[in-house]
Amino acid sequence: MTTLEHQYGQMFTIRRFEETLLEMFSQGKLVGTTHTYIGQEADAVGVIGHLDPERDVVFSNHRCHGHYIAFTGDLYGLLCEVMGKPDGTCGGKGGSQHLCNGNFYSNGVQGSIVPVSTGIALAEKQKGSGAVTTVFLGDGTLGQGAVYECLNMASLWRLPMLFVLENNHYAQTTPRQLAVSGTIPERAAAFGIATDELDTTDVTEIDAAAGRAVDRVRSSGEPFFLVLHTYRFSPHSKGDDFRDPAEIESRRAHDPLAVAGARLDDERRRELEDACERRLAEVVEAAERAPAATTELV
Amino acid sequence: MPAPKRCVLVLNEALHELFERREDVFLLGEDVLDPYGGAFKVTQGLSDRWPERVLTTPISEASLIGVAAGMALRGRRPILEIMFGDFIALGFDQIVNGVSKFREMFDEQVTVPLVVRTPMGGRRGYGPTHSQSLEKLLLGVPGIHVVAASECHDLGGLLDDAVEDDHPVFLIENKLMYGRPNRRPVDGYVDELRCLETEGPYPALTFSGNDFGEAAATIVTYGGMLPIVLDAATELILEHELFTEVVALSQLHPLELDPVLESVARTGALVTAEEGGLTGGVGAEVAARVQELAWDDLRRPIRRVAAADGIIPASRELEDVALPGVADVVDAVTSLAGVRS
Repeated sequence: MTTLEHQYGQMFTIRRFEETLLEMFSQGKLVGTTHTYIGQEADAVGVIGHLDPERDVVFSNHRCHGHYIAFTGDLYGLLCEVMGKPDGTCGGKGGSQHLCNGNFYSNGVQGSIVPVSTGIALAEKQKGSGAVTTVFLGDGTLGQGAVYECLNMASLWRLPMLFVLENNHYAQTTPRQLAVSGTIPERAAAFGIATDELDTTDVTEIDAAAGRAVDRVRSSGEPFFLVLHTYRFSPHSKGDDFRDPAEIESRRAHDPLAVAGARLDDERRRELEDACERRLAEVVEAAERAPAATTELV
Repeated sequence: MPAPKRCVLVLNEALHELFERREDVFLLGEDVLDPYGGAFKVTQGLSDRWPERVLTTPISEASLIGVAAGMALRGRRPILEIMFGDFIALGFDQIVNGVSKFREMFDEQVTVPLVVRTPMGGRRGYGPTHSQSLEKLLLGVPGIHVVAASECHDLGGLLDDAVEDDHPVFLIENKLMYGRPNRRPVDGYVDELRCLETEGPYPALTFSGNDFGEAAATIVTYGGMLPIVLDAATELILEHELFTEVVALSQLHPLELDPVLESVARTGALVTAEEGGLTGGVGAEVAARVQELAWDDLRRPIRRVAAADGIIPASRELEDVALPGVADVVDAVTSLAGVRS
């Protein structure tokens, strides 16, 4: 399998997983909330492809499913977790936003993951493990002061951290221009942290830039701030979308699946998609069969 | 017998011993480097001996508890010093939405063995934002342990217990305590008072002036209020011919109640005494639980002694009005209906 085929399969899996969740919500099979990653798949796949799940650490945010799937491949544990079942990666206690599996963590409060990631990077540096700690932020997270405290500490203490800022242009419903002043890379550059910025949904371009970023963090042991401008097609969570439909439509041409898919032979692409669909169907069936959390009092 | 060491020195020596014994212990905080050695000098000498394990930080309390949590998640035993207990307010998101939850919400896949040491308390004229006793704000947070050190506790033992604890521990120290002698029980006595100490981590101390004979009330307290309550207990004996039992807790959360219940079973009355504000305080929680569990033992309503609900003024004279003193504790005991004076 070529790199692009592998990446396409991962992106397609994330897309269909997230669409499946939204369908299950509409069918009343899921309760609570979820924040889907539809449209941003190339970021997770492009960046995480350069990380070693045995050594490196990923700390993600409320919109964490794409990162989780790309890092762990664990569809069943994630679906059971969102369904609140004991087979979930956190026994159904964490739910959609609060995941932990090996070197993967996520938490649901904007910005609060950055200090914890900073401490993880500090510990890994002290241990000499060679781990790169990657923390995924959004444009909305830039409103949180803790982010800047940690950019300062990461730079001062020369921590092997990769900050990945996915700018999807909306903090829930608030457009970027109402929440983020100045430019995004300059915020990191002010702390003496090297940056790169891409405005693309092409997984091949993101893969190349992320490869350079991860290599640099690993070889220098110093932080790097990678800005990925992107777009989410799905609502912030469910049914809270007030964007102009024409704006969303205009972005469809840049759908990362369409961009990557156009470079694949049609038949090969359908084979990949069919394989992902079959795997996902098996996961859904198994998760639906899995026992629910017991409510018996101990 | 040599005079007891001051509490700050006892804590400092305990930290040095911990650093010698455990290579996974790290210390973070503001201004902790030598020669300054921390605002209250608790960390003096550590950075000279272990420069790689002592990290001075920017003034970033909103993040520092999270940084310590990240280290703890990856197998370290970090000790974070927050210079003034008041500044813990900046770290509440990390406490409430992070460190306290990781273990349970990640289904026991992780532990967060971090220690936050911080001094609370007033009576030094530091004013409204540097004098508070805010530990009551931590009491409702499940998943953490809140421990209060007093001048009669084994301070090195408390620190060891906290570092060995797999839960996040908030070790509440006290600014006045640092400069006072660490008055440990000798042959079961602290000065003239008989003193019993519970077994296990985070022990409680129970004091009696008449070897646990008949007593008018139990006074439960902790931390920097202990010397004030002991002075009140002495005054009650000398001026009012009233004996009391004094319980000094160290484990505030989860609340260790057994020594209180045992004492109340003997005395039949309870006064709580704390330096923090009255409303929603430690005393409120103790009172609620004791009346649920020991209603039949209680002869009188429970009385609470605490700071007034308001700011702690900078003026020493006004501060003494705002904070509870010996007279407040004496009044609470003597005013219990039916208690002779």
